[in-house]
Amino acid sequence: MSTHTQHSSSSGGGLVKWIDSRLPIFTYLQKEYGEFPAPRNFNYWWNFGAILSFMLVIMIFSGIFLAMQYTPHVSLAFDSVERIMRDVNYGWLLRYMHANGATFFFIAVYIHLFRGLYYGSYKNPRELLWIFGVVILVLMMASAFTGYVLPWGQMSFWGATVITNLFSAIPLVGDAIVTWLWGGFAVDNPTLNRFFSLHFLLPFVILAVVVLHVIALHVSGSNNPLGIDPKGPQDTLPFHPYYTAKDSFGLAVWITLFAAVVFFAPNFFGEPENYLKANALLTPAEIVPEWYFLPFFAILRSVDFNLWFIDAKLGGVIAMFGSIFVLFIVPWLDSSKVRSARFRPVYKWFFWIFVLDCVLLGYVGGHAPNAKVFEGVDWLEFIDLGHVGTAWYFIHFLVILPVLGMIEKTKPLPTSISEPVLGGGQAAAGAAAKPMEKA
Amino acid sequence: MTDHAGESGGQPESRRDFLYLTTGLFAGVGTALALWPFIHSMNPSADVLALSTTEVDLSPIEVGQSITVIWQQKPVFVRRRTAEEIKIAEQTPVADLPDPQTDAERVIKPEWLIVVGVCTHLGCIPLGQRPTEPRGDWNGWFCPCHGSHYDTSGRIRKGPAPENLWVPKYEFLDDTLIKIG
Repeated sequence: MSTHTQHSSSSGGGLVKWIDSRLPIFTYLQKEYGEFPAPRNFNYWWNFGAILSFMLVIMIFSGIFLAMQYTPHVSLAFDSVERIMRDVNYGWLLRYMHANGATFFFIAVYIHLFRGLYYGSYKNPRELLWIFGVVILVLMMASAFTGYVLPWGQMSFWGATVITNLFSAIPLVGDAIVTWLWGGFAVDNPTLNRFFSLHFLLPFVILAVVVLHVIALHVSGSNNPLGIDPKGPQDTLPFHPYYTAKDSFGLAVWITLFAAVVFFAPNFFGEPENYLKANALLTPAEIVPEWYFLPFFAILRSVDFNLWFIDAKLGGVIAMFGSIFVLFIVPWLDSSKVRSARFRPVYKWFFWIFVLDCVLLGYVGGHAPNAKVFEGVDWLEFIDLGHVGTAWYFIHFLVILPVLGMIEKTKPLPTSISEPVLGGGQAAAGAAAKPMEKA
Repeated sequence: MTDHAGESGGQPESRRDFLYLTTGLFAGVGTALALWPFIHSMNPSADVLALSTTEVDLSPIEVGQSITVIWQQKPVFVRRRTAEEIKIAEQTPVADLPDPQTDAERVIKPEWLIVVGVCTHLGCIPLGQRPTEPRGDWNGWFCPCHGSHYDTSGRIRKGPAPENLWVPKYEFLDDTLIKIG
C-alpha cells in the first residue's frame, strides 16, 4: 500500500525531474492531488466536486465541437442545429451530451450547494471559497441562459425576450439597457451573435473561477460531515488513492445516469416548443425556463404587488436577483459556530424545510400563476404557493439562520474526526501518517 | 508500477498493481473510444457527402471548347479536344514525361478530357479554359502561380508541379451525360 502513496516528484524519471526543477508541476500535483490530506470521513456527498469538474470538461469539450458546426445567424441557426442532429457524424450525440450536460451540471451543482448548506461548509475559514462557488453558480446560469438561446427555437427566442426584458424594470435607464443588450429594438441577429460570443467565453471564465475555488479549498482544507477540523494525521487520508478511488466510483455511477438520459431519454428535460423555429410574431402559450431556473422564475412571478415606490415588475426582479445574492452573505447570516447540521438538531429540520421550499418553488415555477393547484379547490392558486414559498425562502436566510444560531442548543461535538470512527485517535493509519510528515 | 515496487525493495507485483493497471487501462480505452465521436464529427457530414457527385451535360460543348464545372467544391475542366490535340496528346513519347502516363490512361473517350483543375504543385487553378487565357507552351494549361505547363492531356511538361492534373472518377451515363465522383 504505502509504496503508492509515498512516491513524490523525486520518483519520476529523468524528464520528469528535468521539467519539475524548472516548473514544479509534478511536485504541485503530488502535493495537491496525491498526498493532499483530506478528512478521512468524507461521505458520498463529497463526490460532487469531482463530478462538477468532470461536467465542466464535458461541456467545454462538446461545446467546442458543436461550435465547429453551428451558425450564429437568425436565418441559419435553427437549421444548423437540425443539421447537427441529422447530418453531422455523431452530431446528435454531441448535442444531446451538451444539452443534457447542462441539466446534469445543475443537478450536481445544486447537490453540491445543499451539501455546503447542510454541513456548514461556508463558515470560517471557508467564506471566500463559498463566495467563489456562488460566483461559479451565477456564471453557470449566465452560460446556460445564453446557450439556451442559440438553437433559436421558440423557447430560445421568447426566453431571451422575457429575461432581457427583466432589465427594463430598472428605473430611468431600464429601456436603454435593454436596447443595449439587444443591439436593436427586439431580440434579433445582433442579440444572437453576442449571446454566442458570450456563451463561448463564459465557460472559460468559469474554469478560471473554479481554479480559484480549488486553490481556496486547498488552503483551508476540505470540510467534512462532522464539521470539525482535522487534529492531526490520524484524522486525514492522502487524497490519492483514497479519494481518487472514491471519486472515480461516484463518477462512474454519475456517468451511468448521464449516459442513460443521453441515450434513452435525451429530450426528457427539453421543451418540445423549442423544436419550432423562432417566430417573433407568435408567443408560445406558456413560456417556461429550463427546470434549473424554475425556483427563481417562481420567485420572480410571486411578487405581484406594489410596495411603496417599487412596482410589482421591479419588485419581482429584485426578489429574483436577491434570492441569488443572499447566498453570497450566508457566511455572515448564519450565526452558529457549529458547522455540521449533525450537531444542530433544530437547524437540521429547517434545512430540510428549506430544501422542500426550493422544490415547491420549482413546482410553482412550472405552472401558470393563476392555475388551480388542485382541481375543484378554487381558493388555492399557484401564485399563493409562490407567495408562501418566496417568503419562506427569504425568511430562512434572513431570519432563521441569524436567530437560530443564537438560541439553538447544539449537540456536543466529538473531540476528533477519528474518535467516532476508530474509537479514539491512537490508531494512526500508516498510509495517512507518512504524507502528513511532508506536508 | 514496476519502478515504484523497485524503489521499495523489489516487492513482487501485488493485487493492487493489477487493480491499478486494469483501472487505468479501462479508463484509457474508454476515454479513447469516447473520443471517436468527437473526432468523427469533424469528418464530412451527410449533407456534404450528398454533394459528392456532379452530373454534367456535355451536349452544348463544341469541339475545341472547354467548360469548368464544380465538383466537391473544386473546379473540374471539361475540354472537348480537337482531332489535332488528341493526335499530339497520343503521340507524345511517354518516357520523357515527368509523370509518365499515356493519353489513353487519362481519358474514357479521347474526345473528352476531364481533369480536376487544380495545379498539383500548390493548388492554384491553371489558366487556359477561356480562349483569351494563356495555355502554356504545350497548348494545354498554364499555372500562373509558379509557372507549370500542362499539355493537351493535362500532363505536366515543365515547371514545379510534380504530377499530371488529376483525373477524377467519372462515368458516361449516356453519350452526352457524365457523372463525376
